[in-house]
Amino acid sequence: MNLQVTGERVELSAMNNAQPDTAVPVRRGQIRDVVFYNIVRGIALLTLLILLGIIASLIVSSWPSIQKFGFSFIWTSDWNPPAEKFGALIPIYGTLVTSVIALFIAVPVSFGIALFLTELSPAWLRRPLGTAIELLAAIPSIVYGMWGLLVFAPLFGQYVQPVLAETLGKMPLIGALFEGAPLGIGLLAAGVILAIMIIPFIAAVMRDVFEVTPPMLKESAYGVGATTWEVMWNVVLPYTKVGVVGGIMLGLGRALGETMAVTFVIGNTNLLDNVSLFSPGNSITSALANEFSEADPGLHTAALMELGLILFMITFLVLAFSKWLLARMKINEGSPVA
Amino acid sequence: MDIVKRRRLVNRLALFLSVCAMAFGVLWLVWILFDVLRLGVGGLSLSLFTKMTPPPGEDGGLLNAIVGSFMMCGLAMLIGTPIGVLAGIYLGEYGQRGWLGSTTRLINDILLSAPSIVLGLFVYAVVVARTGGFSGYAGVIALTLIVVPVVVRTTENMLILVPNGMREAAYALGAPKYHVILSVTLRAARSGVMTGVLLALARIAGETAPLLFTALSNQFWSMDLGKPMANLPVTIFKFAMSPFEDWQKLAWAGVFLITLGVLLINIIARVMLREGRR
Repeated sequence: MNLQVTGERVELSAMNNAQPDTAVPVRRGQIRDVVFYNIVRGIALLTLLILLGIIASLIVSSWPSIQKFGFSFIWTSDWNPPAEKFGALIPIYGTLVTSVIALFIAVPVSFGIALFLTELSPAWLRRPLGTAIELLAAIPSIVYGMWGLLVFAPLFGQYVQPVLAETLGKMPLIGALFEGAPLGIGLLAAGVILAIMIIPFIAAVMRDVFEVTPPMLKESAYGVGATTWEVMWNVVLPYTKVGVVGGIMLGLGRALGETMAVTFVIGNTNLLDNVSLFSPGNSITSALANEFSEADPGLHTAALMELGLILFMITFLVLAFSKWLLARMKINEGSPVA
Repeated sequence: MDIVKRRRLVNRLALFLSVCAMAFGVLWLVWILFDVLRLGVGGLSLSLFTKMTPPPGEDGGLLNAIVGSFMMCGLAMLIGTPIGVLAGIYLGEYGQRGWLGSTTRLINDILLSAPSIVLGLFVYAVVVARTGGFSGYAGVIALTLIVVPVVVRTTENMLILVPNGMREAAYALGAPKYHVILSVTLRAARSGVMTGVLLALARIAGETAPLLFTALSNQFWSMDLGKPMANLPVTIFKFAMSPFEDWQKLAWAGVFLITLGVLLINIIARVMLREGRR
């Protein structure tokens, strides 16, 4: 937004430089200028190097496992440390399934929240409610995890899962997803907790992009007699769809990489013998959290490092895609201070 | 006429669902906070702050974990804040155009949302595996990696908001650029930058995943950063997952402390930002 002005700034400092350096303070200023510039530039380069360092170190540490298992690491499900056989299918499946469940719940809810905050809420309620949703993002994930395991999962298994089994479980095709013992903990519970955690992120981005819709567009639609819902669905949403998808991707990135909340409630079993979402499972992050500090330094550690590498690759792609979409909308991440 | 009725009905239904969504979101916040309060207050006592983490079945507190968390978070903030502010200055004041600016901005945004457990793996590979053991220092480095992107992003955002007239006025007085940045723009953006620092602190105060295989944990009193170090989040993780009731009670008390701290810091940061904008 201040690009043109930056040009002027550069010119001004060029004029500054062009002055004959007879006076000592001016020259001292110039030297300090160069030094300061190089310090801040060097530190910016440092953050780049950190990212490259992360990728490089993960590849190097997981190399024994990459070499031994190749691509079969991704689609075999045998995870047996004593026999030194490692296949990551179950954790990858758990990570993807829980994240999809989370999006399934979080996207419509976030849309509703953003709609409420931009169109319906009385002005005096807008700030407190917005803050409440943002505080949901501030609660540390370990709190979600402990609460999920000790408070939410038992209630979920006792009251919600039997109802789901009775209704959705009886339907053809999707029925198999809602079968089995209502344990509380499992893939579905992990997905629900993840949904609560990513709602604030998606809702904040949606609210921000909805707010940049030109009022003229909305007023024109209202002027021809459209209802609030029609304005939202047929005018605002199409206008902001790039940003909305970017926000959803941002939430997905969070869900994929979330560790503690998932580790508490997913059940931590390396078994995959049915498609039911009620069954306990494992995710990439929970496998790392549970096994890494006790893993043998050899192949076991390398296999876990490769899991981390896969996770980093997936989230990197998802987040880069999200940034690209949001940059097209010229909206920063929906962070509370931005 | 029929179609008008239908449109009105659809509108009512959609708006009703929107109110439900809002209530759904707020409900979780209230529910979680209520339970943290209800279960956490029961574990609060003086011994929480005076005794070490106990073996199962014995009396104890969380003193070593609280002190460890304070030390590691404090050190991570001390290292991460200057790095973050300087890199933020580069992005906000020098790197509006050019490859380094835009690449750093992208990378920083990705680090901001990257899974924190991967940062733990990185520090394990680079520090723990090399130095031959879990240590408080490794934990500090992992937390620093979380602090930096948060501070970079807020610093840049706040510097961009400073009106250019202020910079130009300073240049017109003959001030060199570094002087303009340090004593004019950065000063004008002070409250925003402080907000970013506070938010970064709130973020690392509850971070567990990157500490699991860097600082690990320690059941005993230790101020030695070269050794495994007790900290609140990992202690909570260990105690909450255990079947022992008194450990779980301590974990709830720890969760209460962390939640209270994090929410307080968040609210202070918000108030500060609002005051600064005035």
